Amino acid sequence: MKISDIIQILDAQLLTPQADLEREVHTACGSDMMSDVLAFVKDQSVLITGLNNPQVVRTADMMDMICIVFVRGKRPDAGILALANERGMAILCTEHTMFTACGLLYEQGLRGGVH
Amino acid sequence: MADAQDKILLEYQVPGDDFTRAGEASADLKARLKTLGFPAASVRKAAISLYEGEINLAIHAGGGKIRVELTPARIEMWLDDEGPGIPDIALAMSEGYSTAPDEVRSLGFGAGMGLPNMKKYTDEFEIASEVGRGTHIRMAVDIGPA
Repeated sequence: MKISDIIQILDAQLLTPQADLEREVHTACGSDMMSDVLAFVKDQSVLITGLNNPQVVRTADMMDMICIVFVRGKRPDAGILALANERGMAILCTEHTMFTACGLLYEQGLRGGVH
Repeated sequence: MADAQDKILLEYQVPGDDFTRAGEASADLKARLKTLGFPAASVRKAAISLYEGEINLAIHAGGGKIRVELTPARIEMWLDDEGPGIPDIALAMSEGYSTAPDEVRSLGFGAGMGLPNMKKYTDEFEIASEVGRGTHIRMAVDIGPA
């Protein structure tokens, strides 16, 4: 699916208007623990998280991820958005909980990465 | 091939009082490695390892110093701090063991994966520590054939 599909599926808001929404994403990871993201993720392109601090963007950047979805209506501050913009990442915000957001995306074909 | 001309040295200071800035050094290193044309897999391994190290310096050691030496054959990194040190390195190296306070966990770290991740993603990993004096880490990522 594309990042634009994620926006639709999660009824999400795009907080980085410059991002390229046509980029394809095949795999995702949902976690609030960044150390776990760094330990277990391989070639995943979307990070779904309820954690709201700059290290979320830095972690996603280290893993070459291109899209972050903040769940439960969490809104990252301007500093976090600036970090994401510098890296060309798409930042989305949805009211869904982590479980529901992951379920909705899985249902539409998004999968976890290969270990 | 790796003569003095090909060697690039980098130095970073990691602040101990500003968690939001932890990761700046590894982001800079990653961007430089990409620009220099290092293979993507090696770039990622080095960047993740340094990022975990940087987080450790920020949350455990009150900051520290990072040195990086780049040659076409390897990425070598040294992390030095004058923090509290690690009493039991073997225990600290085991997955899931963490001494991080709840405050750090609420920031998304302290799952006890930092040091194990650093060892996992590097080809060489050495750690020495003395309680009350600080911790020294050397790690290296070998650049495989493209």
